[in-house]
Amino acid sequence: MAASDIMNAPTASESARERAAQYIVSRHRFRPTEALPWLFAIAAYFIFPDRMTFANQVAIMIMFALSLDLILGYAGIVTLGHAAFFGIGAYTVALMLARFGWTEPISGLFAAAIVTGFFGFILGWFTLRYRGLTLIMLTLATAIMLQETGNLRSDISGGYDGLPGLTFKPLFGVFNYDLYGHVYYLYTMAVLVVVFFLVRRIVYSPFGQALTGIRENVRRMHAVGSPVHRRLVTVYTISAAIAGVAGALFTQTNAYVTLTVFDFDNSAKVMVMLILGGTGRLYGAFIGAIIYLVLEDGLSKFSPTFWQFGIGLLLVLAVLFAPRGVLGLFENAAAYLSKRFKS
Amino acid sequence: MNRNFGALKVTRDVNLSLERGARRALIGPNGAGKTTLVNLITGVLPPSSGKVLLNGEDITALSQAQRARRGIARTFQINQLFRGLTVLENLSLAIGERDGHCNNLWRATGGSRVVIDEALDHLASLRLVDDALKLVRELPYGRQRLVEIAIALAQKPRVLLLDEPAAGVPSSESHLILDVVDSLDQDIAVLIIEHDMDVVFRFARRITVLVAGAIFTEGTPQEIMANEQVRAVYLGQEGHRVTGGARHG
Repeated sequence: MAASDIMNAPTASESARERAAQYIVSRHRFRPTEALPWLFAIAAYFIFPDRMTFANQVAIMIMFALSLDLILGYAGIVTLGHAAFFGIGAYTVALMLARFGWTEPISGLFAAAIVTGFFGFILGWFTLRYRGLTLIMLTLATAIMLQETGNLRSDISGGYDGLPGLTFKPLFGVFNYDLYGHVYYLYTMAVLVVVFFLVRRIVYSPFGQALTGIRENVRRMHAVGSPVHRRLVTVYTISAAIAGVAGALFTQTNAYVTLTVFDFDNSAKVMVMLILGGTGRLYGAFIGAIIYLVLEDGLSKFSPTFWQFGIGLLLVLAVLFAPRGVLGLFENAAAYLSKRFKS
Repeated sequence: MNRNFGALKVTRDVNLSLERGARRALIGPNGAGKTTLVNLITGVLPPSSGKVLLNGEDITALSQAQRARRGIARTFQINQLFRGLTVLENLSLAIGERDGHCNNLWRATGGSRVVIDEALDHLASLRLVDDALKLVRELPYGRQRLVEIAIALAQKPRVLLLDEPAAGVPSSESHLILDVVDSLDQDIAVLIIEHDMDVVFRFARRITVLVAGAIFTEGTPQEIMANEQVRAVYLGQEGHRVTGGARHG
């Protein structure tokens, strides 16, 4: 080893050290590409002014998928009953209006978040001791039981006929809902921005780090002293509350709700969207929900009977060629390109 | 302390105490219950009967995580790492859980330079800084083994249980692990499970021999080496293996 190597050695490792530190320090800062989905959302408002009802549904499903990403993508909790929370949120605002005459929408969202969060806390407390198949069965059963409870007391819930004709007060008492859903869309998007900011904040916090630790290796988390159950119940509660808000928006912007919100189909659909887009990446929820719903919309017009075939085919292709979702594909492409340009 | 799996008595009346600064080796043939004992001490398994005390306080009822927060750290015989996270994150996570940062949902992880710097210090002591931004699963097994130890050290333990720390590490890198083990803070009580007798005799001030779940004998390295019965049940076969060059444990 030459003398110069010895002298260079500490500075080289100093720079490696600094680089590593900088990566963590700057990781949570907003990147320019993160503006894209929001620019797209604004553009959609002007380009498709007559499709705002549909765009509103997409935004609601993005929020629902985002809530699932928090527990599935980050904490590694696999659930097939997330519709339970969407449904509880949807029925919270519906019942508040139908049975107690509460028509103010924004306070309704808060109420939905609190009620669903409470349910999430209770259910999480009992079920999150389990993992894997057991947990899948428990979450699935929970959603079905809630649906059946609603069916049993159809005098309150309206049963499978639902609660139609739910008219909420204008937003802030000023903005009336128009036929094309422009106000709905802006309302949902505004809530989505807030929710996304919250989720993003959590994901990049030390708590969010602990969640990824639980996902990656729960045994090690116990060994480093992490209160794993408490962490999981906390994130489950937050996720439930967000799913509840998405459900509440669904009721408010559709002006009706039926027990189908609790359907297994709803739980499975949101998971498919998330996996399609890419889990544990925040924006996977955006891409997945858009692709799924646009395809569903297009295919069901093209072939009302066989449209699910197209979705199925897409899923098979995604599992085969994009196991980390569409965002995973993008990442691979970006890594490949940067390699090509470097050499 | 006892631990039964059904009718199988894996740990039988084991009474083991580590004083501050202890350098204890736990040896015994395969299936003697060495790892089970570590699992009992750390709280992975509850004992069927008996107690675990830390500084005179009964911690038998405490969970694994609660014990870890009180200063009992361990490494695993087979790596238990956050494979999809970077090496640096593996460390900062352990530090974050140790200091309670992970209760924070709002502040950004990168906001705490202290944690990152401490994590990097631990990595530097194991010459892992250049790998700091690599995902653990991209590292060769030997270097992953170093991360395993770095995490345990980052917990700032009072009691450290090393379950075959050098197992699976090529000899070119195992000296690094042994150097680290040698230079551990003298306040930490260390229990090491190891098959490599060179390591055991170099490191340990006392050796406990476990056979079929019970303590067979205990003593200084010299006493153990001189013990005919130990040689017969254990050192004989292991000595053969070591001279045979098989050190993969």
